[in-house]
Amino acid sequence: MFSVSLSAQNAEEILDRVDRNMSSDNRIFESTMIIHGIRTSRTITSRSYSVGDTKAFTEYLSPAREQGTKMLKLEDQLWIYSPATDRTIQISGHMLRQSVMGSDLSYEDMMEDRELTEVYNASVAGSEAVDGRECWILELKARVSDVAYATRKMWIDRERYIPLKEELYAKSGQLLKRSTMSNVIKVEGRWFPATIVYKDMLKQGEGTEFRITTIKFNQNIPEYIFTKAALKQ
Amino acid sequence: MIRFLLKGLFRDKSRSLLPLIVVAIGVALAVFARGYIKGLMVEMIEKTAQLTTGHVKVTTKAYSENMDQLPNDLALLGAAAFRTELEKAFPEMKWVARIKFGGLIDVPDENGETRSQGPGVGIGLDLLSAGSGEAERLNLQKSLVRGALPSAPGEVLLSEDFARKLEVAPGAEITLIGTTMNGGMAIHNFRLAGTVRFGNTGMDRGTVIADISDVQLALDMDDAAGEILGFFRQGYYEDEFAVPVVAKFKEIYPEDHDEFAPSILRLSDQEGLALYVGLARSMGATITIVFMIAMSLVLWNAGLLGGLRRYGEIGIRLAIGEEKGHVYRSMIAESLMVGLAGTILGTAIGLGLSYLMQVKGLDISQFTKNATTAIMMPDIARSRITPPDFYIGFIPGVISTVIGTMLSGAGIYKRKTAQLFKELEA
Repeated sequence: MFSVSLSAQNAEEILDRVDRNMSSDNRIFESTMIIHGIRTSRTITSRSYSVGDTKAFTEYLSPAREQGTKMLKLEDQLWIYSPATDRTIQISGHMLRQSVMGSDLSYEDMMEDRELTEVYNASVAGSEAVDGRECWILELKARVSDVAYATRKMWIDRERYIPLKEELYAKSGQLLKRSTMSNVIKVEGRWFPATIVYKDMLKQGEGTEFRITTIKFNQNIPEYIFTKAALKQ
Repeated sequence: MIRFLLKGLFRDKSRSLLPLIVVAIGVALAVFARGYIKGLMVEMIEKTAQLTTGHVKVTTKAYSENMDQLPNDLALLGAAAFRTELEKAFPEMKWVARIKFGGLIDVPDENGETRSQGPGVGIGLDLLSAGSGEAERLNLQKSLVRGALPSAPGEVLLSEDFARKLEVAPGAEITLIGTTMNGGMAIHNFRLAGTVRFGNTGMDRGTVIADISDVQLALDMDDAAGEILGFFRQGYYEDEFAVPVVAKFKEIYPEDHDEFAPSILRLSDQEGLALYVGLARSMGATITIVFMIAMSLVLWNAGLLGGLRRYGEIGIRLAIGEEKGHVYRSMIAESLMVGLAGTILGTAIGLGLSYLMQVKGLDISQFTKNATTAIMMPDIARSRITPPDFYIGFIPGVISTVIGTMLSGAGIYKRKTAQLFKELEA
């Protein structure tokens, strides 16, 4: 039986292993987001490019209403380009908490690419099986103030070092979001959950299923992609 | 007899002048206060109805439970067909679809970057269909300050103060950044057709008015509407009109557990308006009773003073054999004449003041500037003259004069005939 009294050092090591799976110098992926609303479900596809935790660019491919919408993140700034209006709008302040395309993800969630070890202190709170796989339960407490979720609880696959379940909490202790990861695949020597189901606990609906259809790590991404000019192209 | 009494009243002005002035002032105040308060209440209620609540409002059950949050994700779907159904079922009413929404209005510079931005609350209503009556309902033409009303798709109105704050003029392109029905971000361009001033500080601070089809397009609400408002053909709200409509609606659309089932609310069921509807209704009676009591007290005193002054006269009349009851009745008859004359004069003055207030109005914007109530407060308070104003003054005017005289004149019966000559000698 796994001992609950693992040292903080061990918890940090686990988190570091998770970061090594989940973070990368850069990546390109295509995804399908199925938003299960209270009345209907919508499917949105997109292609994303990211470099470290500072640059990200996403282009929405379908449906027709969203096609051509682009998002650019540079450091802590985020812009959205709407082709229908030919306007580039900077998303800031309370708008960052708004849902992305009606999903259970906020722009703030999309912005957060930092490695977990950079933002949180971890401790092991116990162990539990998730989908038949033994997991450590890690409790993460923010060590920086500019973070969307003050605490997180993660169920980490003991063998593959990827989260299989996660709960995100506000400073008040209120559960804000829950996510479950599945369809774990091995890409370029690292484990990665290809399907993540997010559920905003403050929102009605059945959650948002985020499926990564293709993913490539450490690619040569042209620098011009991460410019405001690329939004209008 | 009447002629005799009238002569007495005209010749002895001290007998009639004070009561006449008291009655005239009291009645004038009662008529004016009633007209003013009625006008203010009715204007508040109707303004709120036209803008927000309708005389009845139909939404989904879930929307009505979260109405303050403008939950367009819970809007009525198939709104056009549903409105047609309502029109057939309730031909005595006018039904209109509305969408209320919140968002940011963003004004771009020449490079398409944000030049100015501000939060706004919008109303999508049918501005472009002929005969919809929505522009008239919101009095938009008269409220227009600059530009024109929207006449083509994609055009929008902003409140004048909001437009000035954003430094934008008619003809400019503005962008609405809001939330779609599905919860996503809505970004939609409009052309500013004109600016309006509503005369209500809350509305003037940041209102956007657009055609409902444009709002449906912007917020991805194809054939959906947050609310369908019903207005009585009579043009004003009464609970008596609303009750049968609600009953019939519930017969056609029985309540079930589906949170998206249509649900109906009366104006008085919304936003604490029942209190105002009740007040508007009871205001006439309340004012009449208050003035009647106050004037009776004053006239009782006036009668007592008059009685003292006429002590000798009444004594002689009793001494020469006039019956006490006859003296008492003649005094009441006198008071009736004074009451009638005072009421006519007071009603004329009250109606005159009310008319002036109806035409000119009184600027109360300083008091409503930071009002956060759900009800729409007009910035200009106006009286409203209604048929009861022409006769309502007769109740306090005549009754209080008679009551005042009856109370003060009761002393006649205490006079003892045997002592009258002694009294008079003294």
